[in-house]
Amino acid sequence: MDSNSIGVLMTCPMSPPYLEQELDRRYRLLRFWKFPQKSELLKPHSQEIRAVVGNATIGANAELIDALPKLEIVSSYSVGLDKIDLAKCKERGIKVTYTPDLITDDAADLGIALILAVLRKICGCDLFVRRGLWKNGDFQLTSKFTGKSVGIIGLGRIGTAIAKRAEAFDCPISYYSRSEKADTNYKYYPSVIDLASNCQILVVACSLTPETRHIINREVIDALGPKGVLINIGRGPHVDEAELVSALVEGRLGGAGLDVFENEPEAPEELFGLDNVVLLPHVGSGTIETRTAMADLVLGNLEAHFLNKPLLTPVV
Amino acid sequence: MRWPSFFHRRRRKFSSPQGRNQNLHRALRILSVVSSKLMENKGVLMTCPMSSYLEEQLQKRFRLLKLWDSQMKADFLKQNSQLISAVVGNTVLGADSELIDSLPNLEIVSSNSVGLDKIDLVKCKERGIRVTNTPDVLTDDVADLAIGLALATLRKISVADGFLRNGLWKNSDFGLTTKFSGKSVGILGLGRIGSAIAKRAKAFGCPIGYHSRSRKPNANYKYYSSVIDLAANCQILVVACALTDETRHIVNREVIDALGPEGILINIGRGPHVDEPELVSALVEGRLGGAGLDVYENEPEIPEKLFQLQNVVLLSHVGSDTVATCKAMADLVLANLEAHFLGKPLLTPVV
Repeated sequence: MDSNSIGVLMTCPMSPPYLEQELDRRYRLLRFWKFPQKSELLKPHSQEIRAVVGNATIGANAELIDALPKLEIVSSYSVGLDKIDLAKCKERGIKVTYTPDLITDDAADLGIALILAVLRKICGCDLFVRRGLWKNGDFQLTSKFTGKSVGIIGLGRIGTAIAKRAEAFDCPISYYSRSEKADTNYKYYPSVIDLASNCQILVVACSLTPETRHIINREVIDALGPKGVLINIGRGPHVDEAELVSALVEGRLGGAGLDVFENEPEAPEELFGLDNVVLLPHVGSGTIETRTAMADLVLGNLEAHFLNKPLLTPVV
Repeated sequence: MRWPSFFHRRRRKFSSPQGRNQNLHRALRILSVVSSKLMENKGVLMTCPMSSYLEEQLQKRFRLLKLWDSQMKADFLKQNSQLISAVVGNTVLGADSELIDSLPNLEIVSSNSVGLDKIDLVKCKERGIRVTNTPDVLTDDVADLAIGLALATLRKISVADGFLRNGLWKNSDFGLTTKFSGKSVGILGLGRIGSAIAKRAKAFGCPIGYHSRSRKPNANYKYYSSVIDLAANCQILVVACALTDETRHIVNREVIDALGPEGILINIGRGPHVDEPELVSALVEGRLGGAGLDVYENEPEIPEKLFQLQNVVLLSHVGSDTVATCKAMADLVLANLEAHFLGKPLLTPVV
């Protein structure tokens, strides 16, 4: 098989450059972002393209899938699948693969990092030092992490990994999930509001679906309260961002650590002046080690598909 | 003799369980009043501002003298030296030889810290002066901060937050950082704080190694008999031992070189644990991968060369500075002072 004749469409630049370099080496790589008019790429090449490599920013929506009659596989450089029209793929018999498990540790690490950064005001203190303010007086007292109750929305791979880490800080763990998990010792709450009322730190770690859109709404934020902290390492649309912003600005919510926003790369500027929030530009799995492993999995899935072998991490 | 009837009533009252209880409470109230009176006159010298709650409580319960109230420290001490029975110090200003010598009636030094490096323990022992500190209550906060520093350094949390707030995300993604989970963690000093750090790091799948004056029989972690061996065999080196003459500059050029360009140093111990100029040049020259520092050799001075670096996180000695822990530490200081003046066993004596 001359794989260099197989057309693979990459939807947007992805770092590290390793993935693009390898795709270029192995296949006939077409870079979507080089064509300001998408039709310029799609018209001449639509018959060639047998695979799409997308990610959490640009996946494969209905429009793109419809434009690619020879599409056989979508290999996503992400674990989130919300940017892929899975129903359409199923209809067309298009295989979908993703990169589960690899980002679990990084995402969980980031969850804990955000909690510590928010409660102990690490970024604020670092800035305080770099501005030379320590000479004038001590930094303010902050809030202890150990022992605070942690509520997790979604006890999947990432939620479980967060729970395991938080337990080492003696945090009592509770969770909300579509259904109670039989093999866990953590306390289950049958509603998000109940969970929010009974924890001090609420972590969003579920997948984004139509049911979980705005799962964090005004009622949940009120239940979490002025001493509560919200950590979002899921997706921006999990949270009603306008409600979150007003709650933080008005002091109705104690603090927030956010890695995701409703309209990335836009983030609500009203939050920029607050010292009880930490705002990150969707870096959840952005480590060299993990991205390299993810790239290898994307490449491995593509290879398996084109060699008619079992896919490594299929979704559909 | 016939007892007056009121006495018989009182005797019946006292002999019932409720009566005995009331009696006990009355006795405790009397004792409490007497104790308060006793302590009100005890002169307690606070060395520097450290906690407004502690200051208020000391003011309420004792005769509080504040060393920083007076510009002329030497005169202040001369005028008040006879009055002072206790010193409350901390990591900034403790009780050195000079201070102890100037206080002839000093009975106890109650430190608002777990570290004792600012107290002349030898002199205290000589003079029969008791010393207490605040172990345990701050262990969790300091361990939390060590992990917070490691995560913030490796994942560039503060840099990323600044990147977003400065509007840079609109133009490009933030760069890739490096993973924490699974990295080997080496701990210098496996005491209360070192053990608490190890417990947390384990939950991130980090293999743990340590160096201590002696191997700990109950620890399941790999022991290294020298700091250099430990540094050569870990990716994240955490300083968590006490500061003594032996551990001054325990992290020196050789150790930094052994840790190497992919290694990270986390210091939640004391500034003098690390040879600071060597650390700065290693970081600036890229011979060390990064550092998360809560302490420095000459606080609050910090080498400004570090301010330009994105692979360091710099905090202002906030290891135990949470509202809850500050209060717990202050309560322990007060409880130790009270115990001393009431002739009871000290809660957390060092000497």
